[in-house]
Amino acid sequence: MEASLARAEAPESAPDPTAATEAATLEVPPELVAQSLGEWFRAWTTRIRSGDSGVLPVILGLILITIVFQAISPHHVFLSADNLVNLFQQSAVFMVLAMAEIFALLLGEIDLSIGYAAGVGGAIAVQLVQPTTTRWPWWGAIIAALLGCALIGAIQGSLITRLRLSSLIVTLAGLLILNGVMLFVLGLGPFSGYPSLAGANPNLQFLYQLMWGTIDPTVSWVGMAVIVTALACFLWLGDNRRRQSGLVAPPVSLTLLKIVLIAVVAIVVVAICNINRAAFGTLEGVPWVIPIVLVVFGVWTVLLQRTRFGRYVYAIGGNPEAARRAGVDLAAIRTWCFVFCSLTAGVGGLLYASYLGGMSNNVNGGQLVLYAVAAAVIAGTSLFGGRGKVLHGLLGGLVIGGIYNGMYLLGLDVKPQFIVTGLVLLVAITIDALSRRGATSGSAARV
Amino acid sequence: MEGVAEVVSESRVAAEPLLKARGLGKHFGPVQALYDVDVDLYAGQVTALCGDNGAGKSVLTKCIAGIYQIDQGQFFWEDHPVHVRSPRDAARLGIETVYQDLALADNLDIVQNMFLGRERLNNGFLNEDDMERSAARTLSSLRVTTVRSIRQPVASLSGGQRQSVAVAKAVMWNSKLVMLDEPTAALGVVQTRMVLDLARRLRDRGLAVMVISHNLNDVFEVADRIAVLYLGRLVVQDRASAFDRQSVVDYMTTGASSRTVQRSDADGGKPGQG
Repeated sequence: MEASLARAEAPESAPDPTAATEAATLEVPPELVAQSLGEWFRAWTTRIRSGDSGVLPVILGLILITIVFQAISPHHVFLSADNLVNLFQQSAVFMVLAMAEIFALLLGEIDLSIGYAAGVGGAIAVQLVQPTTTRWPWWGAIIAALLGCALIGAIQGSLITRLRLSSLIVTLAGLLILNGVMLFVLGLGPFSGYPSLAGANPNLQFLYQLMWGTIDPTVSWVGMAVIVTALACFLWLGDNRRRQSGLVAPPVSLTLLKIVLIAVVAIVVVAICNINRAAFGTLEGVPWVIPIVLVVFGVWTVLLQRTRFGRYVYAIGGNPEAARRAGVDLAAIRTWCFVFCSLTAGVGGLLYASYLGGMSNNVNGGQLVLYAVAAAVIAGTSLFGGRGKVLHGLLGGLVIGGIYNGMYLLGLDVKPQFIVTGLVLLVAITIDALSRRGATSGSAARV
Repeated sequence: MEGVAEVVSESRVAAEPLLKARGLGKHFGPVQALYDVDVDLYAGQVTALCGDNGAGKSVLTKCIAGIYQIDQGQFFWEDHPVHVRSPRDAARLGIETVYQDLALADNLDIVQNMFLGRERLNNGFLNEDDMERSAARTLSSLRVTTVRSIRQPVASLSGGQRQSVAVAKAVMWNSKLVMLDEPTAALGVVQTRMVLDLARRLRDRGLAVMVISHNLNDVFEVADRIAVLYLGRLVVQDRASAFDRQSVVDYMTTGASSRTVQRSDADGGKPGQG
């Protein structure tokens, strides 16, 4: 009877919690337990010191790039309205491609083919709208290009998930194959590999405007106000509801701070874009490319953060076995990720074609994909899966674009630009790996 | 004192086992992993499944969980014959398993892990508020109160807390039988106590609990009933009071025991005296 006696007398109270609580305090994201802004800020600085820094390094990096290039660029033009808009247009392609790559990186996979997938998408669209040959309407050409890219993703994704081939190898093969396909598509028609978007044809013009078109300044202000107000209401009402029903929620002041930050960034961007930046005549207003990039950002953020699909993507990246046991269809989710990856690359390709004013044999998809991976990783997306946000694509793309733009202003050619970008990537992943290693060994010791 | 303990445990015992397995057999190619295993799991009781390495503990668990399909034998669930051919069948009956590796995604928070695969939706989007409330309710009903925030990533939890989250995840779904595979294997003293208390709380809620364990301290601390597997055969199952440490060790290592502990013959388990 000893055993049951011992059980009958065992205390029913909760176990001694002290040891576990102390262990857990160190790594809880500060916003979860803070009751006031001051407390939140203190907890946040503690977390940064312990190595988990979020997007802070990439923001500091952006500030550093801005200061350096503003100081050394000729006539300090880096921060001129003209150059800042130009910088955003240059960064847009990197941003969109980085947002594409994040779908693969979240799974712990990689897609090396997105540079040439973008190239193929751009080539298809530019070829189809040519008034001397196929004469497709702009929307038909865009749909065809995006469908083509989605198909590329579906094929690669199926090979990777159904035949269990390495994504590195499949997409490396894809990089070569799609380079060939792009050259093949560009070789069609009488353009000797350089179909152009120049001309008065409305379909050509539409594709050209994707990057270079601008929105009327008044419309820009009104649109910005509507979007910011909607976003602010959404944030405020959501956080408020959670606070009132006693769920985990940030303090009021933090919600307000976020809203103010979004509003300030939006106002500054629109104000810069609405400065007349032409040497002669008028060139003002927000370029189309900004809302295009924001739509990609918004749609993918909602998909990854607010839907079951997104939850499963993170779960697969974190622990595929856990996802499998939870009944997640791993093959389907993975395949869709590669589809979305290539599809987003297609959007990047359209923007790139627009930026170049046509498509060219010389598009270097291998370099584009490396910039895309670099952008995502610099901003904090993990190469090992499960950690990353679409926002990282935006911020990382700006860093890459900033370096590219700054070096260009200095009149340097591609040689130092490659070297500097590569070094930035090395520094970023080194800092990331070292800080994560510190954080991981801490939690591993407690497990 | 003995009488009191008896009454307490009698009052919890359902007349019929929740899960009755009869004549289970499982082989992998030429290797026979289970021979003619009869096992009974009662609601409101913790049954400890003991056995040496390779005795067939995990195979038996996986057969009940539907991961392996049995080659011979029959399951009876609440006295009705049932087939458990897939984890989905098991889940439909109310059988949940917490494996040794816990199957938690470190990058997701507690709520996200608890609802993984069964997210609640609101117009097609995740209903985080609802899920968070339910998760909080389950955790507090199990008195898992040491976590600072249920929105913290699982990576930041201690071993015992992770185990608690995994168990809470298993009991969220109106499960009736929870199987814990080596729940204390990697834990320290305090954490072990936390998990064993949790197993007791599940039992007190009327769930059938099966604990697979090597650790006889744990077994005797928490088990109402003990079943021992030896080389794929279930050599004995009876109420825990019918065993002492040495007899369990004998059964685990030789399949028989010459020791006789005070027997209470009210139970229908296979008699264990050698």
